[in-house]
Parts: sequence; C-alpha cells; structure tokens
Amino acid sequence: MNLIISILQRTMVAGTPLLLGTVGEIITERSGILNLGIEGMMALGAIVGFSVTYTTKNPVLGLFTGILAGGVLALLHAFVSINIRGIQTLSGLAIAMIGSGLAGMLGKNYIGVPLPTRFSEVAIPGLSKIPFIGPILFNRDPLFYTGIILAVLAWFILFKTRWGINIRSVGENPKAADALGINVGLVKYLSTFIGGCFAGFAGAYLTLAYMPSWIEGMTGGRGWIVIALTIFAQWDPLRAILGAYIFGGVDVLQYILQPLGIPVPILKMTPYIVTLIILLITAREIMRKHLGAPKALGEPFIKGEK
Amino acid sequence: MHISIEKRGYVSKRYSTTVYLLSIFVAVIISSFIFLLRGVNPFYAFYKIFQGSFGSAFGIKETITKAIPLLLIAEGLIVAFKGKFWNIGANGQLLIGATFSTWIALNYGPTHSAITTIPLMFIVGFIGGALYGFIPAVLKVKLGINEIIATLMLNYIAEDFVEYLVYGPWKGKTQYGFPYTDNFPPSATLAQIPGTRISYITLIIALVSVVVVYYFIEKTKYGFEIKVAGENPHAAEYSGIDFIKMTIIMMLISGGLAGIAGVGEVAGIHRHLTYPAQVSSGYGYTAIIVAWLAQLNPILAVVSALFFGGILVGGDVIQTSLGFPFSTINAFNGFILIFVMIGNFFTEYKIKIRR
Repeated sequence: MNLIISILQRTMVAGTPLLLGTVGEIITERSGILNLGIEGMMALGAIVGFSVTYTTKNPVLGLFTGILAGGVLALLHAFVSINIRGIQTLSGLAIAMIGSGLAGMLGKNYIGVPLPTRFSEVAIPGLSKIPFIGPILFNRDPLFYTGIILAVLAWFILFKTRWGINIRSVGENPKAADALGINVGLVKYLSTFIGGCFAGFAGAYLTLAYMPSWIEGMTGGRGWIVIALTIFAQWDPLRAILGAYIFGGVDVLQYILQPLGIPVPILKMTPYIVTLIILLITAREIMRKHLGAPKALGEPFIKGEK
Repeated sequence: MHISIEKRGYVSKRYSTTVYLLSIFVAVIISSFIFLLRGVNPFYAFYKIFQGSFGSAFGIKETITKAIPLLLIAEGLIVAFKGKFWNIGANGQLLIGATFSTWIALNYGPTHSAITTIPLMFIVGFIGGALYGFIPAVLKVKLGINEIIATLMLNYIAEDFVEYLVYGPWKGKTQYGFPYTDNFPPSATLAQIPGTRISYITLIIALVSVVVVYYFIEKTKYGFEIKVAGENPHAAEYSGIDFIKMTIIMMLISGGLAGIAGVGEVAGIHRHLTYPAQVSSGYGYTAIIVAWLAQLNPILAVVSALFFGGILVGGDVIQTSLGFPFSTINAFNGFILIFVMIGNFFTEYKIKIRR
C-alpha cells in the first residue's frame, strides 16, 4: 500500500512539468502558431529558475524569472512566425536549439551544485488527512496545485470566455477573425508568449521542485513529448491533465522496473515508445471522430491578402 | 504614416544572392554575441572559431572530416525537405546505420578481407538507416502520425539502444571496461588520407551523393513528383501522384544516406561503436541547418557543409581553449537559422512606407 502511494506521489510530480508544457502549447497552437521549441524554452526556464534561486535564495523570484525566460524566447518565435512569415517548424527547431544551447552555457558553473532552497510539500489542511488520496493529491508542492488550477483556468478561458473565442477563431480562420475586428497579430503574439511562459514554468518546476540541481540535457525530451501530448489532448487542457499524468506514471515506471534487472537504457526508452503508441491510438481516434488541429495551424497570416 | 509589406515580383539573381550572403554574415556576427553570456568578447570567440577551423592546415583537415557526415546527411534531408517531410531523425538513422555496420565489422570482418567487408558495411549501413527512416514514413502516410515527433522519438530510442549495446551485450572484452565494442579488425576499417582523419571512401561517397541527389531531384520522375508535392500538395493530389510510394522512397534515401554517414563515423573515425552522443555528434541536427542554408540545393550543400563543419571544429576549439560547453554551438547554429530566415523574408518581400 505504501509503495502504491509512493509510486502515485512520484507520478504526480513527474506529470506536472508535462502538464504545464502541454497547456502552454495548447494555448499557442489554438491561436494557429506551432511552436516546436518547448524543449529549449523548458531548458532555459530550468536554468534561469535555478541560477536566480541559487543567487537570491528566493525560489519565488527564481520561478518568475524562469517563466519569463521561456516567454521571452517564445517572442522570438512569434516574431519570426508572425512578422517574418517564416516556416514555423523551422523556427521552432531553431528555438529548441537556442534554448538548450543557452541553458548549457548558463548552467556550466552550476553542474553538480545543490540548490539551497526549493519548493517543498504543503499539506492542505483537512484534505491531506483523507486516506490514500490525501497523501497523493493534497500533500504536494504548491506548484503542483498551481499546475492543475492553471490547466482548468486555461480550459475555462479557451472555451467559456470571449478571449477564448478570439484565440480559437484566430487559429481556425484568421481572415474571418480579422474581418470581425480581432487584432490577429496581437492575439497570436500573446498566445505564443503565454505558451512560452508555461514552458518556462515547466522547466523551472524541474529544477525548483522535481530535482533541485542542474545537469545539462535534464529536460530529456520532455519538450517533444509535450508536442505529442498536445495532439493526444486534442487541444483541450482538461484532456491534457489526463495525458500528462499518464506520462508521469510512465516516467516513474522506469524506476519501479529497474530492480527487476531490466537494463537501464532499455527502460529509458519507455517514455519515447509510449509516446509513439499514444500517437497511434490518438491517430485512430482522430480518424474516427474527425477531430483535428486548429485549421490554420502553422500557416502565416497575411492581412489583406486573398 | 502607413507601413505595408508587399511581395516582390521579379527578384534579380544578384539581389537575392547579395541579401543571402549578407544575412549569413550578419547572422554569424550577431550570433557571436551569445559568447558575452560567459564574459568572452564575441569578436575574440568568433575569431577563435574561424581560426580553429579554417586558419590552419590541421583545422582545415578537421573541418573536412566533419563536413563529410554533414554533407551525406544534408543530401538526404534535402530530398525529404523538398517533399515537405520533416525528417528530424537523421541522428537516429545515423546510429542505426552505424550499429548495423558494426555487426558486420565484428562478425564478418575478422574472417574476410576488406574487399568484401567494407562494401558490405556500407550496404547494411544504408539499409539500417533506410529502415529506420521507413518507420516514420509509414507511420505518417498510413496513420497520419506527425513525422516530427515520430522521428524525434526514434532518435531517443536509437540513442538508448546503442547505449544498451555498448554497455551490455556488445561491450568489448578488450576495452578495459569502457563502453565500447571491441575494435574493428583491419579489414573493417577505412583507409585515411595520410596525416588526416579523412577516409577516402567516405569522402568519395559523399561527393557522389551530391551528384546522385542532384540528378534524382532534377532529372527523374520521382524527383519531379517530390518537388511538386512539396510545393503544392493540392496540385499533386489532382495529378495522381502516389503519395505513399513517394514518401517511402524519399525516406529510404534520406535515412539511407544518414546510415552511410554512420558507417563513415564508426569505420573511419572511432573504429568501434561507442557512446551514441560521440558517434552521432549531433550531426543529424546540424545537417538540418546545412540543408536550409544551402536553400535545399544539393550542390550548394557542399559549401554549407564545409561552413558548418568549420563551425563544429571551432566549437571544439572554444570548448577547450575558452571553456565553453559543447551546447554553445547549438545556440550559435539556432541563431544562424533564425537570421537566415529573416534574410529570406527580405528577398521575398519589401517593406513600403508611405506618408
């Protein structure tokens, strides 16, 4: 029983950065911008969050600078996608390289340095006393709760508010949105920036709560798994919660199976193989239900052009 | 005041070439500013990179050594990118090619001469890479799975697989516990140009691949179909192009060439299979920029492969002399890609300001 609780606790922690990244990418893609650079924005958020926390001993300040770092890098993608009308796939790859590269440079002196302070668990009075569920869901670090709240909030904004309608209409049919007087460029800029902030948050979560130290490449492909989870979630933040925590479980599975004598490199493959499997399942569902990506995803919008 | 952006009609060759070269120049200068992050004068770092790669006979030899796999992979990527298939998986395809040829080197090599071993290694290397490129092609055309994610996941899987082999069943008995396979027998290693790490055969294959890819794209029916499908998928649909067949052929070539690059690395440079990061050196990612910098032109790719070969060598130099981490070059390359895209914008559009 204790083992199951501990496994599920770790699942929650491992799933949180994936959830944050996925919700951000959903917001970005809903506005029609495809940003493949999550891996880079995450890495940058992770090292900026780490180094600021290390220097100032203030994890909240570290968190916010990490979030901002992701957002600023996303603005470069927004500029290339919106103003320069560049190929978004290519720009996203460049963002991934830039973010990972800069993170490696900034982090070189921090390798192996432990973080003096971090976000630790906060028990929610009352709820944390519920047997089984309490220790898993209600005795977590504050960022875990923030992640869930942000996912629900993102769902609410996207589907229940005027802003959400604007974002989605820009992603589905920018020309019609433009005709209705929506500032298409601004909506895309903001959505991309917010998506980048979420990726920065996800990265900062890695260094400030998940594993309070820095090693190069610690994002370990999570940024790419996020892209897959966005498809799995069908661009719906609530479904992203499900997907992210399933993947959190896959992450933890590696450590559970390790004592069974399965070689570590083989276990390390599991998240990537599961990603492919999940994409397979989603692809079938998409075909059956005729679901799909925002219609204008990845296409440049040119005002006034036929 | 009114600012508008208009598409340029006719663009003279001279104008587009000037803007292109200028954008690369500006890209390199501005990208150098990232070195300020570690308190190093960007012009000094920039100078170090180019002195290290093109400033000495040794540097030039190393530059060519690294340009060979970049060129091979970029030629394959050009084929895929022309058909708008985003193959980000060259790193994995390279590793699987290297793995297949390692098997031949260790099991067939010791009892056979180089005359059969070497060609066999290149053939299975091509097959290995091609098979690994075949997977995302089928996933895309049959099931609609995004090829970017599929190829990336396959990169990670290939890395872990090679790691498994060199730490596990293939770990060499003569390597003092290092995660290497046994060294290849002499019949399975490539002869090098004296005083360099350039192997004749890989260099020749790389140059032949330039001609073959050029011919394939410009002169064959499949090449034509790939171009049409890449430029206008709707038109391609009506003209009856077999997308499934086309994508698979494209990816067999793309993956196969990356696989050959893998053979060149293990048989020519390392002479055993080792850590995945060391075998691939991230060539699969750098080659994406090589291909785009060459504007998907197979001939121009020779120049851009040399250019990026130089940057990688320079990257090693600033790593050892200025203490930069290896990843620095990733950031540098990423910025170059962004600036080249901005340069493209100015060849395609003009900004008009009216009062």
